[in-house]
Amino acid sequence: MMAMTHGGYVAAVWLGAAALLGGYAVTILRRGRKLSRQVPTEERRWS
Amino acid sequence: MTATTPAGTASGTSATPTSTTSGGGLAGGRPSPGGTPGPAHTGSAATRVLGLLALVAVGVLVLYGLVISPADREMADSVRIMYVHVPAATLLYVGCFITTVASGLWLWKRTPGWDALAESGAEVGLVFSIVTLFSGSLWGRPTWGTYWVWDARLTSTAVLTALLIGYLALRRLDLDPDARSTRAAVLGLLLVPNVIVVNRSVEWWRSIHQDSTLARLDPTIEGDMLVALMVGFLAMALVFTWLLVHRFRVAWLEQQADRVDLDAALLARRAEAADAEPAPGSAATAGFDPPAGSAPTVPTDAAGAGGPSTGADPTDEKGTPT
Amino acid sequence: MWRDASLIAGRDLRVEARSRVTLNQVAPFALLVLILFAFALDPDGPILERATPGLYWVTVLFSALLAIARSAALDETDGVRDALRLSALDPAGVFVGKAAAVAAELAALEVLLGVGVIILYGADPASLGLLLATCLAATVAVASTGTLYGALVSGLRVRETLLPLLLLPVLAPVLIAATRAFESALGGDPARGWPWCGLLATFAVLYSVAGALAYGTLLEGS
Repeated sequence: MMAMTHGGYVAAVWLGAAALLGGYAVTILRRGRKLSRQVPTEERRWS
Repeated sequence: MTATTPAGTASGTSATPTSTTSGGGLAGGRPSPGGTPGPAHTGSAATRVLGLLALVAVGVLVLYGLVISPADREMADSVRIMYVHVPAATLLYVGCFITTVASGLWLWKRTPGWDALAESGAEVGLVFSIVTLFSGSLWGRPTWGTYWVWDARLTSTAVLTALLIGYLALRRLDLDPDARSTRAAVLGLLLVPNVIVVNRSVEWWRSIHQDSTLARLDPTIEGDMLVALMVGFLAMALVFTWLLVHRFRVAWLEQQADRVDLDAALLARRAEAADAEPAPGSAATAGFDPPAGSAPTVPTDAAGAGGPSTGADPTDEKGTPT
Repeated sequence: MWRDASLIAGRDLRVEARSRVTLNQVAPFALLVLILFAFALDPDGPILERATPGLYWVTVLFSALLAIARSAALDETDGVRDALRLSALDPAGVFVGKAAAVAAELAALEVLLGVGVIILYGADPASLGLLLATCLAATVAVASTGTLYGALVSGLRVRETLLPLLLLPVLAPVLIAATRAFESALGGDPARGWPWCGLLATFAVLYSVAGALAYGTLLEGS
């Protein structure tokens, strides 16, 4: 992979996108857990 | 109260997520400790399947995008950035579309699920717009030597990002949830029309100065490169959907939490008023059966709304000595 | 509806005539922005002259933010809001009236700024017809869009910062089109500018309709 031209940019984009999307996913999951503790189960419509 | 959830429900097995990897896919899990009544998270069997698929698709994308597909004749390996950039841009528009449609449906039907969906579409769309701008900028650097080019797509995306930030800012403010949702819905309904107008004008504007090389932002691709791009679309779409479902559930929970807070605060206030002597301050109880749907913010509401409204302000009563 | 509109427009303009905020504050602000641009860009070189159309419209947009915020503030106190809601006024009429008042103020401002750029930047108004048509279309576009978005943020404490954030991206096409039209008019090639003027007119119509339709919902919802 490092033999690629512009390898640095390609890596930056892919890792950056992964970080952005992954970070957002983690944020959402954390918020979901926090809120789930506050809300009684009946109000939820999943699981 | 009825609402639609995009994903189905599942059996009662709760699971804790494993740590996330690239793309944010979620897979597998372990049974929750003890017999807690229902999971304390926004996952379900459906999202676990979705997450697994997303993860697999991302893996295939890495394989095709970085290894199997060849470098482009002119762009060399920076074409691999396109496999992220183009799908992200497309899904950004999908997010905006979801917001507009959900806003319209909320204005029509007034079921809270549509409101939650509108918010989720915009927020997930914003994340994808940042990915689009970021990848587009880093594509431009090795290709044109600059971190930014004022081509039609990047410029429109920048304006669209501003529109989304504005929409989400409006959502966080205001005080009465109903008024807030109404205003947000009007704004959301205008989102897609705004995007269309902005895109058209920016394209037209840039086409005056465009030379053929700049137009190559969308290269013609075929073979393995086309496959990589298609896989990119698929993987991004799965990730988008997974994020959307979870974000929707978070929004849903937020609405419920607001109601729970409000009910608790009302009870507390009633108890307070019942203890207090019936004095001129009995306005505290009288003012406290607000008509449904126009409940003023109570001080305990931690939604960060920024303080009491100028309307019927319960804190006035609270400060009144009895 | 038209009667309600003229009622509201009359009221808004009368308040303006009495307080003269547009005259005494917004207009000087607009001229000040023009002067600031001259400081920022070199008035001796060709930059200022070439940038005149864009600078003109950017200044109009910034001034419009102030005018629209004022217009929205007129209806923000509880008494006025309730009065509007309880009155039998057609919300679409209220919208058109308010937008018309803002448009009138903006039009006056644009004339003033036009004189300003001719004097300060040495602009040469070759094709007056295109200039006037562009100003008309752009003014209606900005006024109607602004009135609608002003209603979206009215009553909020963060109104001052939220309005620009919401309104400016939406008005980006207006800025692009008006600037291109002005460039053609000032550069002596008006034929290329008329299509942009057409875009402005379309934008103006779209937002006028949208505002008229949405205003009722917004008035009730708040």
